[in-house]
Amino acid sequence: MTVNLLPVLPEIVVLAGASVILLVDLFLTDARRHVSYWLAQFTLLLAAFVTVRTMNIDVVRAMHNMVVDDLVADFLRLASFVAVSLVLFYSRSYLALRGLFRGEMFVLILFALLGMQVLITANSFLTLYLGLELMSLSLYALVAMQRDQRAPAEAAMKYFVLGALASGFLLYGMSMIYGATGTLEIDRVAQAVLGDTGNRVLLVFGLVFVVSAVAFKLGAVPYHMWVPDVYQGAPTPITLLIGTAPEFAAFAMILRLLAGALGGTEVDWQGMLVVLSVLSVSLGHIVAIAQTNLKRMLAYSTIANMGYVLMGFLAADVTGYSAAMFYMVAYVLTSLASFGMILLLSRKGFEADQLDDLKGLNARSPWWAFMMLLVMFSLAGMPPTIGFYAKLLVLQAAVKAGFVWLAVVGVLAALVGAFYYLRIVKLMYFDEPGDRSPIDARGDTRVLLSANGLALLFFGILPQPLMGLCAVALVQSQYY
Amino acid sequence: MTPYLSLAIWVPILAGVAVLVLGRDADASKARWTALAGALAGFLVTIPLYTHFDETTSAMQFVERAEWIPYFDIYYHLGVDGISVLFVLLNSFTTLLVVWAGWEAIKVRVAQYMAAFLIMSGLVNGAFVALDAILFYVYFEAMLIPMYLIIGIWGGERRVYAAIKFFLYTLLGSLLMLVAFIYLYQKSGSFALTDWFELPLALNVQVLVFVAFFAAFAVKVPMWPVHTWLPDAHPEAPTGGSVVLAAITLKIGAYGFARFVLPILPDASRYLAGFIIVLSLIAIVYIGFVALVQADMKRLIAYSSISHMGIVTLGLFLFSVQGAEGALAQMLSHGFVSAAMFLCVGVLYDRMHTHAIADFGGVANTMPRFAAFVMLFSMANAGLPATSGFVGEFLVILAAVKVNFWIAFLAATSLILGAAYTLWMYKRVIYGEVANAHVAALSDLNRREFWLLATLAGAVLFMGVWPKPFIDVMHVSVVDLLAHVAKSKL
Repeated sequence: MTVNLLPVLPEIVVLAGASVILLVDLFLTDARRHVSYWLAQFTLLLAAFVTVRTMNIDVVRAMHNMVVDDLVADFLRLASFVAVSLVLFYSRSYLALRGLFRGEMFVLILFALLGMQVLITANSFLTLYLGLELMSLSLYALVAMQRDQRAPAEAAMKYFVLGALASGFLLYGMSMIYGATGTLEIDRVAQAVLGDTGNRVLLVFGLVFVVSAVAFKLGAVPYHMWVPDVYQGAPTPITLLIGTAPEFAAFAMILRLLAGALGGTEVDWQGMLVVLSVLSVSLGHIVAIAQTNLKRMLAYSTIANMGYVLMGFLAADVTGYSAAMFYMVAYVLTSLASFGMILLLSRKGFEADQLDDLKGLNARSPWWAFMMLLVMFSLAGMPPTIGFYAKLLVLQAAVKAGFVWLAVVGVLAALVGAFYYLRIVKLMYFDEPGDRSPIDARGDTRVLLSANGLALLFFGILPQPLMGLCAVALVQSQYY
Repeated sequence: MTPYLSLAIWVPILAGVAVLVLGRDADASKARWTALAGALAGFLVTIPLYTHFDETTSAMQFVERAEWIPYFDIYYHLGVDGISVLFVLLNSFTTLLVVWAGWEAIKVRVAQYMAAFLIMSGLVNGAFVALDAILFYVYFEAMLIPMYLIIGIWGGERRVYAAIKFFLYTLLGSLLMLVAFIYLYQKSGSFALTDWFELPLALNVQVLVFVAFFAAFAVKVPMWPVHTWLPDAHPEAPTGGSVVLAAITLKIGAYGFARFVLPILPDASRYLAGFIIVLSLIAIVYIGFVALVQADMKRLIAYSSISHMGIVTLGLFLFSVQGAEGALAQMLSHGFVSAAMFLCVGVLYDRMHTHAIADFGGVANTMPRFAAFVMLFSMANAGLPATSGFVGEFLVILAAVKVNFWIAFLAATSLILGAAYTLWMYKRVIYGEVANAHVAALSDLNRREFWLLATLAGAVLFMGVWPKPFIDVMHVSVVDLLAHVAKSKL
């Protein structure tokens, strides 16, 4: 029997790329470090190319049913490649100025990406767990990269301890489900659950732990404790990384586990997600108001946004799943631009991570103020930005599933959220600048960050392609 | 066929973008001229909407329909009828005035100021002509962004408070409306307003949806008791912002009642008409008294606006042709009169940088031509016959008499209270001895200001003397609207 390697070719490319950089970087002087950087970018490009070339609309299970290659996987992998590539572009000068422009940075980022890819394509609890751990361990190390500073070290420690706990939850839950169904393969678990052959109590018991682990990875309340500390403590490029590509992996995780394996216990997890969602949207938005640190504020905003993702997801049909997926894409796109802006405004010895650092941005640079304005209104869900359609889809999914009250909670929380997003706009436009130093950045960062900001507007005016893509990917991958 | 409605939306928006691109803070005159050209073009493209308008049909005209988001059955669907067409013209006309009015007064970030108004104008037109609920919602919400910036950047001392209050108040209402839209979509499988007009709904559902719509539109109108953002927003907004707020955005709230609430929820509208009428009467009488004691001209006019909009909501919920036509006429008239009043205050503010009544007195001595204009607009604000202010109020009171004497009686106090607070303000500001050295140093209207006010004076008098062209445009559509309201959807 020959092994079909096509479904995992993008993973092979990223693994090979990471290994090559690991080796090549040994022979580079600091002045030629950009070779590693461009090798990483090239790896991403090649992986994206391979993903596109091997894409097909059928669901392919390979490697002894350990991995699945469907359109959702292709879509999420491509999105992750784009996100990671932008992370590298945006971070370059920040890293260089702080002595972090090093080979191990790129290697770790690529290994984290590999973990995400494995997670995204998992068709077995084991594969999923391996992917999750590879991603998480790389991210722990990345958070701790500035090992001589207190905040990153503390953040990494918190992230690691809580993350390990969540992994434990996940493993425990999986073992329960294995006990109830007798298999670790996601499609077989799904059949077993639907066939109602296993022990129901055991199954739901396992489900509780799986939901907890998923909620932890998403950062949903009450499993959100790590998010603000890690977002604030980690070096901004790593915050940017954590806030973007791994969200796709987290979405894949919730999709594979809840919609895929445990689709038959929908009524059980629906109730749990309602609680998580209500808590996340309200607590996230309310606590964000009190923050003075921009990164910490965005962390709470992330928590609230994950609440909306869950709100869409708990509709438990293709409308809900594609709403959640669209929301995730919209959120990551917005998140990339928001942390990209912080990186853009940072200089040597200056972090630009306080709210007051944005004061009078309009007077310093109308263009970047406008980009940040788009980001804020997109996060607030105002038309004509992509954030509006994300909210619209999610609310529609909730109403369709009969949760009109949940939609009302969602919009009221959005109103609370609008306050602190508006405050950022206020700082940028209504206040006079405290520091008037010019904003300089590399040309490629300028172009890409502008394109990123304008994409929020573009997809806010013409959202159809992206919406259609999400829905098609999910239907073709048989999530309905 | 020329897509006049798309032009009405996109010409100002693109002009706004052009102003942003071309305008430099160092070279403000280029931004001004570009903006004026854009506003003029934006107004000119709306004129065919009036000249080519067919007054004999209530059907939507100049209809454009294209797929926009097929995933959701959302269409780029535009059209006007007799109810909406005049507001598109009013809005484009007002934008022209606002750009012109800000010519000298605005000295910082001129390009951004002009662009904000042009973009706002396009979005407002979009809200008036959208026939798809989501399209309407996009315009309705998006217009908060330029207004927020206008108040916040070019406003007065407490501008931040005013801007955020304005934004959050309006957002609360519209978010609830969004949930109602989604619910109606779930029921009907479509976001088209025309489909919703025919959609049968149980009374309890209608009432809930009514509450959601009410939250959005009552805040925008604004009706008592959700009016408190307006008196805060006006004094802080720059002159142009006040003009657009009063003349245009308030109308969108009332338009929402006419376009959404009445035809989509006829049973709930009839069921809750008493509630709306009571709120409207409170607005007319109580807010009229509140206006009387204001010490700030802009606050006074803001309260006067709330009181006048009470006439509008009252007229709409009397369910008679006279009432509804009176309401629409009052909306148009208020568009002219409140714009003129705020521009007059702006003229004084540009010279003295205050709009407190106590800082003025005897302005007639130094600004005689200005005093004459203010007299005319004050009379129109008080609803004097032969000014536009009379037409709407008279029709609504006439319609109210047929329903209930006491409603008519209370509504008619608007004429007395309006005269009281407007003329008393006029007396204190314009008449009397020259109050202080600043007033003594005032210079009369320059040529730009003169023609600005003269244009509005012409509009006010024309509509007051000969309202027929305005009423004729809306008549057939109003009759059709009332037929919708009369038909139960249970």
